[in-house]
Amino acid sequence: MWRQGASREPDAMPVIEVTELRKSYGGRTVVDGVSFAVEEGEIFGILGPNGAGKTTTVECVEGLRVPDAGRVRVTGLDPVADHARVARVLGAQLQQSELQPKLTVREALELYASFYPSPLDWAPLAERLGLTAKLTTRFGKLSGGQKQRLFIALALIGNPRVVVLDELTTGLDPRARRDTWALIEDVRASGVTVLLVTHFMEEAQRLCDRIAVIDKGRVAALDTPAGLIRRSAGATVISFTPSAPLDDRDLAVLPALASVEHKDGRITLSGTDETVNAVITLLARHRITAHQLRVVDATLDDAFLDLTKADTKEEAA
Amino acid sequence: MSTAVLKTEVRLFRREPGAIFWILLFPTLLLVILGSIPSFRDHQADLGGLRTIDVYVPVAVLLGMIVGGLQAMPQTLTGYRERGILRRMATTPVRPSALLSAQMAVYGGAALVSALLALAVGRLGFGVRLPQQPLGYVLALLLAVLAALALGSVVAALSRTTKIAGAIGSAVFFPSMFCAGVWAPVQSMPHLLARIVGCTPFGAAAQALNQAAAGHWPGWSHLGVLVVWILLLTGAASRWFRWE
Repeated sequence: MWRQGASREPDAMPVIEVTELRKSYGGRTVVDGVSFAVEEGEIFGILGPNGAGKTTTVECVEGLRVPDAGRVRVTGLDPVADHARVARVLGAQLQQSELQPKLTVREALELYASFYPSPLDWAPLAERLGLTAKLTTRFGKLSGGQKQRLFIALALIGNPRVVVLDELTTGLDPRARRDTWALIEDVRASGVTVLLVTHFMEEAQRLCDRIAVIDKGRVAALDTPAGLIRRSAGATVISFTPSAPLDDRDLAVLPALASVEHKDGRITLSGTDETVNAVITLLARHRITAHQLRVVDATLDDAFLDLTKADTKEEAA
Repeated sequence: MSTAVLKTEVRLFRREPGAIFWILLFPTLLLVILGSIPSFRDHQADLGGLRTIDVYVPVAVLLGMIVGGLQAMPQTLTGYRERGILRRMATTPVRPSALLSAQMAVYGGAALVSALLALAVGRLGFGVRLPQQPLGYVLALLLAVLAALALGSVVAALSRTTKIAGAIGSAVFFPSMFCAGVWAPVQSMPHLLARIVGCTPFGAAAQALNQAAAGHWPGWSHLGVLVVWILLLTGAASRWFRWE
């Protein structure tokens, strides 16, 4: 279904290259020196709090905004100067956009297919996105989730080499969200490069090969999801209910400890494997039993909070 | 211009009963109502021997383009911008300007159809003579359509929201209708007022159409006024229009 008749010779050039990108609006710097490169066939995530500059960054990639400084290349082309050629290979799903209210789903698919030199067949695409029953429905009558699915279809209809998806699954119910993730994985499996803006950690963890965490217009970290978790100070979380009270001073000196939390007699510590070993030794020394002992890896959520928090501290210092 | 976009916009226009009525049917309907008043079918000395119905045909011809160009088109375009439809189009190989030109073609085309309808009903229903100088009439008609579209584009350029477009559109709409002669045809206006009205796009258009209808080549001063307005308004629209 994807990339029909597309033959591509492998090359080393990144599909998307962003170098020292800067953009400000009315004196307010929104993107402040962002750099990253997305390799062919990769699902690359951009993660960050609201207002971090994620959308502005991808809008520069899509050619919707002209950077103040820095360089953006999509398949080696400048999205602003070479807009027509970039638009032919780049499919975009925008965070906020609509279609003509009285345009039907089928007409929208046919219209957008007509813009591209070798579009996908819209019928199987509509089927895959669960839009077949809605083909004659006007855009204005679609639910939020249906609109979102139509925009995903429109991002893919041109048979693109790169898709940029901004807030991919916002507005979708959990079921449709999972279906969409599977779809994006299929799209990638066919060799399409995906740039994904999200604030859903679960989505980023499931889909992305690499993630750039953007905070206050800068790349705070760039790594694989597992790498980001490992990197954060509290990569491992230990929680237990001690059979006897533990002295906080004993806890405070634990090696590589990132945080301590007491709640309803339960202690939650975050740190590394070293912290785990030290806690067990400590408990054994005091002959304290750890009830309901749990040792889990931190989630991307924890890593994300840690990374964006660290940035705030630096700025305050 | 993309034919697929144009086809889509034509199709969408057909789904707007309000626009179809006010642009295509209302001007002719007004003509029929006025023509049904017996005294309007009498020859009037102060109209140079013409009947009131005769001078209202050019008014009806202009009415469709004023409604389409000043009321309907700016609202649609501003809505397209407000809803991010232009932005979505900007990420495709077809630029959002394709939507702009398709809109102009749709409303320009509708205004011409409306004009033809008014001429046909005037001829068949009330025996109003067809323009005696057809070439001059067509030229004046096309310039008037361009002026209406250019003025509408300026309204769309200056309006951030559809509400504002509606307000500015109406503010320009009534003076335009007055100049076109909806309340009093240009021929029956006092001389000085007619001179002033003749400097406005629709006043100039009304006078050019009247001349061509009577068999004269439309005055170059009227055509010139139209051309100047088209150039000024197009320049203003392209300078101020924002895609988002």
